Amino acid sequence: MNHPNMSPITFSRPLERVTRAIIVGASSGIGEALALKLAREGYVLALLSRSEDKLQTLCEKINNDTLGQATYFVHDVKLTTEVPELFLKVCTELGGLDLFVYNAGIQFPNDPTVYSTENDLDTFHVNLLGLASWLNLVARRFQKLKSGHIVVVGSVAGDRGRRGMPAYTASKSGLHTYVEGFRNRLYRHGVVVTTVKPGQVSTSLLKNADKELWPISADLAAEYIWRAIKRRRMVVYVPSRWFLISWLIRLIPSILFRKLNI
Amino acid sequence: MSWGMASEACCYVYYPEDENDLLEIFELAKVRGMTVGFRGAGQSYGDAALNGEQILVDLSGWNRILDWDPENGLITVQSGVTIAQLWRRVVSSGWWPPVVPGTMNPTVGGCASMNIHGKNHWQVGSFGDHVVDFKALLPSGKIVYCSRLKSQDLYYGMLGSFGMLGCFLSMTLQLKQISSGEVQVTALSAANLDDLLRIIDIHKDEDYVVGWVDCMVGSSAIGRGIVHTARHLDLPSQNILTDDVAMSTHELPTKILGVLPAKYLWIFLRMFNHRMGYKIVNAVRYYLGLLRNGHRFVQSLAQFNFLLDYIPNWKRAFLPGGLIQYQCFVPFRNAYTVFHKIIQCCTNSKSPPYLGVVKRHKADDFLISCNLDGYSLAIDFSVKDSNRAGLSSLLAELDKIVLDAGGRFYFAKDSTLNPEVARSFLGPKTLARLMELKLGCDPGGLLQSNLSRRILPELHGYQVDKG
Repeated sequence: MNHPNMSPITFSRPLERVTRAIIVGASSGIGEALALKLAREGYVLALLSRSEDKLQTLCEKINNDTLGQATYFVHDVKLTTEVPELFLKVCTELGGLDLFVYNAGIQFPNDPTVYSTENDLDTFHVNLLGLASWLNLVARRFQKLKSGHIVVVGSVAGDRGRRGMPAYTASKSGLHTYVEGFRNRLYRHGVVVTTVKPGQVSTSLLKNADKELWPISADLAAEYIWRAIKRRRMVVYVPSRWFLISWLIRLIPSILFRKLNI
Repeated sequence: MSWGMASEACCYVYYPEDENDLLEIFELAKVRGMTVGFRGAGQSYGDAALNGEQILVDLSGWNRILDWDPENGLITVQSGVTIAQLWRRVVSSGWWPPVVPGTMNPTVGGCASMNIHGKNHWQVGSFGDHVVDFKALLPSGKIVYCSRLKSQDLYYGMLGSFGMLGCFLSMTLQLKQISSGEVQVTALSAANLDDLLRIIDIHKDEDYVVGWVDCMVGSSAIGRGIVHTARHLDLPSQNILTDDVAMSTHELPTKILGVLPAKYLWIFLRMFNHRMGYKIVNAVRYYLGLLRNGHRFVQSLAQFNFLLDYIPNWKRAFLPGGLIQYQCFVPFRNAYTVFHKIIQCCTNSKSPPYLGVVKRHKADDFLISCNLDGYSLAIDFSVKDSNRAGLSSLLAELDKIVLDAGGRFYFAKDSTLNPEVARSFLGPKTLARLMELKLGCDPGGLLQSNLSRRILPELHGYQVDKG
């Protein structure tokens, strides 16, 4: 009589308010750190990424060492057609959904001499189109329920087009505007949408940067994101100093910016 | 959302128009590997009418009265007919539903699923005692017809099985003949719990008896309250209402004290949603009752029974956290000790109940039953984020007290039971019989709810103890 879709993680008890979250792109970097942070806060998590080994290890750590619980699903965000069925399955497994985090992203090395259509398409696929396949489903659900929180991890790089990684900066820029549209749509339904713009964070993506500039650890980034979630922020720079830096960079007229090596 | 608004779940809600639609839903669920829960009017306090991330079948649209025999008081209705529809249809012919809950909003399907009781359980038993027969659809597609003489096991098993064995399609009810539609009510004050229980027991043979308890006082006044007894007024039958003007006298007043519009009163109630507020309201109620001790007055049956409907949306006063009710049933010989301990624990806790109600009960023959020869105490709590953990602990403590005294619980009101407690009071024999019926009616384990997974996960094959 056992239903394969139901698991103990699903059982709810009226007086025990459980918060449930999906993290897409959870097996390393900011995603992993945020998963651990949310688990320590008692969240029940569904972790998604391509790497089953890493997800398994992370889930074991969460289930053994934290207040939270976690389960995982192997998913490549480029496989957009599998998302509707997967979303249903994940929500069933979790028994509900309160928070959705999209952290999946790729970045090719910062190199102004490289022209690769394949890399660029890949970048758009993962960073932006993958988001689109999830965001509509999540947004529709949260709008109907008149509650929920969506967090999308962008980048300060998306605030300006950069010579060394035009696809990455464009994908993040597109992400920011796309997410802003959802924020404007959903706020009147009681749904919070947060755009996170990290500066440099010590993850695997940092090795593709041309130079390091004040990187912070993934754990610290996760802490800042957690604070933004609690405070229901709209846009947050992580750490906050990047707000000023980005503002200054955005002020630079294009006629000057194109001459710079940033 | 649950009726008490303290729990919620996202469900895939379907509104079948007929049995064929329901069969299609069952098939869809089987293909998709999902489960199916039922919802009538969603009036259970807790999570009985929720099925998180699964299919929930809303039967409130099945609300036709199929047949009415005003000579014999037999009415056949679809399961989505509400108590409100029922009494309004029959009262002018001199009949009344023998068992009604404190609100007229539940459906008869919901009442049967939970085998609800009213303020007259000692006299007339539960809702199921007045179901002559019913027609139900099992997940296999089989339709069953059950009564006390036909498919008895299923009759006594399905009534009170909280939607786990099948879906009620329709049922025939035997109504109670009345001559006036009114009751003479007597209000008696009780100085303490001993008094209260004694007065209720003395008057148990009245048509209705119910006690309100002030749960905000301790020491010698612990358990003080007001008992209301009521007796059907026997008047010549030509007084039975026959026109709209007379019908309106049965309805609940739209103004409180003739002046304040009832629909806005919840805003005023909100100001009292804290410890001091409860103390004030309960004290005022008690002392007003004391001043009018022995007072007799006449009310319509609707006005006497449907107390929860006097103030529309009154539960909004408890938002955003909502409210829960804890109702326990305790054998007669232990009631004083147990209720005394319970009220004491509650007055000493950080989350005291704002309301307490005591009723007299008798045992019955239904498989899943909270009833015994004794009393029930129902206490209501306001839920806030700050008191959830505390309330959980408090109610777990009360569970132990009740179980030790041979007590039982009522699933329609429940929000906190865990599997050990449920197994303990139901007993191995009842559980085994329920499993047998479940395997017979629903071998695929299709029918589930948040409540059933929480209290009896083994019914669905889950080996989880989330106690």
